[in-house]
Order: sequence, then C-alpha cells, then structure tokens
Amino acid sequence: MMMYQKIVDVVRHGILAAALLAMPAYVSAAGADVHLDKAPVNLNNQESLQRGAKLFVNYCLNCHSANYMRYNRLTDIGLSEEQIRENLLFTAEKVGDTMQVAMAKPDAKAWFGVVPPDLTVEARARTADWLYTYLRGFYRDPTRPTGWNNTVFPNVGMPHILWELQGQQVMKVEEHVDANGVKAEAHRLVLDKPGSMTPAEYDLAIADLVNYMVYMAEPAQMDRKKLGVFVLLFLGLLFVVSYYLKKEFWKDIH
Amino acid sequence: MMKNVEKCMAGTLAWVDKRFPLTANIKAHLTEYYAPKNFNFWYFFGSLALLVLVLQIVTGIFLTMHYKPDANLAFGSVEYIMRDVSWGWLIRYMHSTGASMFFVVVYLHMFRGLIYGSYRAPRELIWLFGVGIFLVLMGEAFFGYLLPWGQMSYWGAQVIINLFTSIPFIGPDVSEWLRGDYVVSDATLNRFFAFHVIALPLVLLALVVAHLIALHEVGSNNPDGIEIKEKKDPKTHIPLDGIPFHPYYTVKDIVGVSVFLIVFSAILFFAPEMGGYFLEANNFIPADPLQTPAHIAPVWYFTPYYSILRAVPPIFNSQFPGVAAMGLSVVIFALLPWLDRSPVKSIRYRGALYKKWLALFVISFIVLGYLGTKPSNVWGVFDASTWIVGGVDRATVVARIFTLTYFLFFILMPWYTKKDKTKPVPERVTV
Repeated sequence: MMMYQKIVDVVRHGILAAALLAMPAYVSAAGADVHLDKAPVNLNNQESLQRGAKLFVNYCLNCHSANYMRYNRLTDIGLSEEQIRENLLFTAEKVGDTMQVAMAKPDAKAWFGVVPPDLTVEARARTADWLYTYLRGFYRDPTRPTGWNNTVFPNVGMPHILWELQGQQVMKVEEHVDANGVKAEAHRLVLDKPGSMTPAEYDLAIADLVNYMVYMAEPAQMDRKKLGVFVLLFLGLLFVVSYYLKKEFWKDIH
Repeated sequence: MMKNVEKCMAGTLAWVDKRFPLTANIKAHLTEYYAPKNFNFWYFFGSLALLVLVLQIVTGIFLTMHYKPDANLAFGSVEYIMRDVSWGWLIRYMHSTGASMFFVVVYLHMFRGLIYGSYRAPRELIWLFGVGIFLVLMGEAFFGYLLPWGQMSYWGAQVIINLFTSIPFIGPDVSEWLRGDYVVSDATLNRFFAFHVIALPLVLLALVVAHLIALHEVGSNNPDGIEIKEKKDPKTHIPLDGIPFHPYYTVKDIVGVSVFLIVFSAILFFAPEMGGYFLEANNFIPADPLQTPAHIAPVWYFTPYYSILRAVPPIFNSQFPGVAAMGLSVVIFALLPWLDRSPVKSIRYRGALYKKWLALFVISFIVLGYLGTKPSNVWGVFDASTWIVGGVDRATVVARIFTLTYFLFFILMPWYTKKDKTKPVPERVTV
C-alpha cells in the first residue's frame, strides 16, 4: 500500500513538473506586439528632469512609492536642498528621506484591486518607451470599475490620474471593408474632451515625467557614462604602452 | 646605498627560501616554466579567466558587506548598493558584467581546447579539472542569480529546481531538500547565498589550482599540437620551441588584458544591461511568488542547454528525458579525450571531415543559444497538414534538429576523427 502511494505521488509530481516546465514554452510575452512610441529621453536636459520630478511628486507619489529614491539625491539634477525642501517635500520630513507613500497597502488593495507598484526602478523594468506610450494611452471605458482603460496595459487597475491635464480620450473603432470584401477593424484614440493642456503640451509633459523616471531608475548613470569615457581613454593608452612593451620584449623571438 | 638595499633583499630572500620554496616556485611556474613560443589569440583566455575570477571574488566581497540575504530586504539592499553605497554601482556592475564575461571567456577558452586538441593525452586531467570548473561555475552563476531577488531570479530558480522533481522516485524529495521549503522562499535565498559566497568559490579555487598544477606538470599545448618537450636543447634541457612564461607571456597577457578591459568597460559603463542579456528587465521587479512572468528565460549563457531541455519531448508524461539530455549536454565534454581518435591534435592538420563537424557543432550551439532566449512559438507553428511536424512549433523542430547535431558531434567523433584524412605534422612549431 505504501509503495502504491509512493508511485501515485511520483506520477502526480511528474505531471506537475511537466506542466510547470511547459508553461514558459507556451506563454508568450503578453501584449508584446503593441506598438510603443519612442520616448524622447534626454538626461542632459536638467530643466526637463526638474519638471518631471515635480510632476512625479505631485501626481505619481500620491499612490506609488519610490522607496529607494532619496529626495536629496535630486541635487543630481540641479536642485538645491533648499529648493527640494520647499517645492517637493510633501510626505517626508527630512530631505534625506526616501520617497515613501502615505497610503496603506491594504487600503490600496481594496481601492484598486492591486497595490500600486513601487516606481523607483519602473523605467528599467518597463522601458522608457513603454511608460511614454502608457501614460498617453488612457481612454474612457465605462465597462471598467475606474471608468478608464489603457492601450498598452489592458484593464489596468490605475485610473487616469493626469486626465485634468490631458482631457478625456475615447477609443474609436472604425470598420473598413477592403476591395476584396474583407472586414477589418481599426482602433484609434480620439480626444473627446480637452484638458488644461493641448495634446502637444501633454506629450511634452509626459516626456519630462518619463525622462525623470529614467533618471530615477539609476541616478548614477550620468556619472557612469562620464567616468566611462576617462576609463576607456586610460585603457586605450594602456593598450598602446603594453603593445610596444610586448614588442620590445619579443623582438628576439623568431 | 643601492648595494646595501640589494644585499638586504637577497638576505631576506635567502632567509625565506630556507623555510619556504619561494624562489623554486617562481622558477617552476613563471621564470623557468617554458611555454611554446607560438601561442596565438586563442591563448589569451586562460589568463583572462583567472583575471575575471579575481574580479568576481574581490567585487563579491565588497557586495556582501552591504547585501542582505533576506527575502524582505534583498531587492532593496541591491538598490541601496546602486544608490547609497559609495561606488556601489561600479562594484555591482563589475560583478554583474563579470558574471556574463566569465562565460564569454570560458566558452572561448573551451573552444580553444577543441580546435587545438588541448584535451588529448597527456592533458586529460587538465581537461577534466576544466570541465569541473565549468560545472561549478554554472552552479555559482545559478545560485548568484537568485540573490537580487527580482522576478527573473525567483522564477528562474523555481523552474530550475523543479527540474529535479522529474528525477524518478527521489525527484520531489530532492527538489524540496534543495529549496528548504515547498516553494522558493527566504530559506532558499539564505542557502543559495551560502553556496554562492563560500561553498562553491572554495571548490572553484581548489579546482583552478589543480587545473594549473596539472598544466604546469605536462606543459602547455600549442596551435600546432606538437609536444615541445620532445625537442630539447641537449645542453640546457630547455625545449627548443619554449620561452619562459615570465617575462614573455606576462607582457603579452597584459596586452590581452588591456583589450579585454576595454570591451569589459565599454559594456560596464555604457550598456550594463547589455540590451537585457546581462541584466534582465523583469529582474527590476521584486520577486512575487503569486505572479508568474509571461516568459521565463534563463540568462544567455544557459540558453543552449535550456533549448536542449525544451527540445526533448516528455516520455510517459515525464520531463526526465529532457532534464537528462540537458545534464548530458554539459557533462559529455568530459569524454572528449577518449572520443577523439585522430592521430593529430590541432585543427591545422586535421581534414575536412572534422572541420565540418566542428562547424556544425558551433552552429548548433549558437542556434540553440538563440532559441533558448525566445519562447518556443517564436517562429510560429507548422501548418497542420505538414508531413510529420504538422502542428508543432517551428522553433521546437529546429531545436530538435540542432540538439541531435550537438550530440552527434560527440557520439560520432570516434568514427569521423579516425576516418578523416589528416596532414603531416611538422617537427617543430610554426610561427
């Protein structure tokens, strides 16, 4: 009897393992074929980064944390600690604090169905292009509990926080019948009610926000690239010197 | 003054030499270790592997000073290193770039062994120690990859440990024993940390020492595959085609090191993620046991073997044949010294038959590696009406074909190396 139980267990585990193994093989990256707009990231544009930081702190930080980002790190992008304290420090007390969020996780879960993810390294997880397209891809959808849906993140839990700026988009579905009589549907976002910004201004604002999020995901990246140039110059020199040293030592070897 | 300093140093050295064979060791392994004078590009990768090993150990020590092996803290501690630790980002990127570059260097080093027959007698043990190093290195990479505790870390470990479940009879117990829990958890993270920072590095260092001792016992092979010890100067007993490792190969290796560091730094400073191949985007999302990522792929250096695993179809609902094939695809390298029956060692004097098989092997390795990074429906499905393969993923069929050629390279080796028309080997090395 014991032996029988053992065999059943093994078979059951084997099937489970096979299923687990097969999983990555059969599930492709969902929604990978959604077209993403190219985000105009420019980390040398400090004004853009500062505007982005302001948008981030004013809008995103109400629900999302950036737990690994310290406020005083923003001195990287040309702000003084004084400026940070006066303009950006709403939820924290000290300028050396990290960007925490006041909203409790159980509340967030109850309100949105999911806890809003921490955004510190979101730009590295999602890519800048994804964020740029996502933040411009919200549209009205009465079937959703929040009343909003999104083109790159279908049935997203997050409502459109920036709707006052962008206004309200709706999804227009147009049916075409081509010359061969084949029916095709085209989906297009249309601005239904304008917001306080023109579409061009909104695109620029989102570019700033995404620019900031790219910076925040790796604040050392500007230093990294600057240092890299000098390291490569040094190594180039080392190569030349070591090459001639080798040649000198080896001149008698034939 | 100068004379006094020299005298003092010579005195100190004599004092040490009476108690420890310092001068004798420097002679045996550097200044009087005679290496063939015809080493080419492919001979840089041994010393480069040693360099990367040292880099990994030193950067690893500094990382452990700030890293927290705790499921609640691990992800955050890596970001803490990237942001708040002075030069932490540099140390972390050196370590993450070093991990991938270790495999680049080791794969090229192994390929050198293949083309010049460095595994052939009398160097079988060097090769076996090397295969051991490769296996431990894979373990080291696997354990280390869990530590950042991102989604890919977590689910990669979950999938790999589940492979052990398919071993008949003892499988489920083995995988539970490895995890220390029913799922990958804090317990798993802690033990993987222990394996990564102490257990495997100790074994790795011991194997590297054994690899080098064995190498210096029999002497290095060379691109001609000739034993330089067979032609010695009758008076000095120094191989006619040998030159002292130091200073000749030390200065030459510095050139190799500087070129390598240029490549290494270009990646580290300008593309540390290497387009998602060295650091995966999904690993910037903290591990979530309740959310399986849509596509789980191992890091690039494991993908050829992962492809083999996926290519072998389950038998009686068991994935074990695939797991066994994957294990075999790595371990089979150890058999090379006994599979190769050619009268010559180097590819320079082998015939067309061997070259064709080697080319096929390289293509198989690269195609399998590429396919391992993609979901198996990447090329779509064969039309249902297609002969035999109807309804099967195209990529799976291609992976099956190349899995077969991968193994045939080894299995048929005794036959095609014996049958091959070889060229005469010269008496002395050619430069």
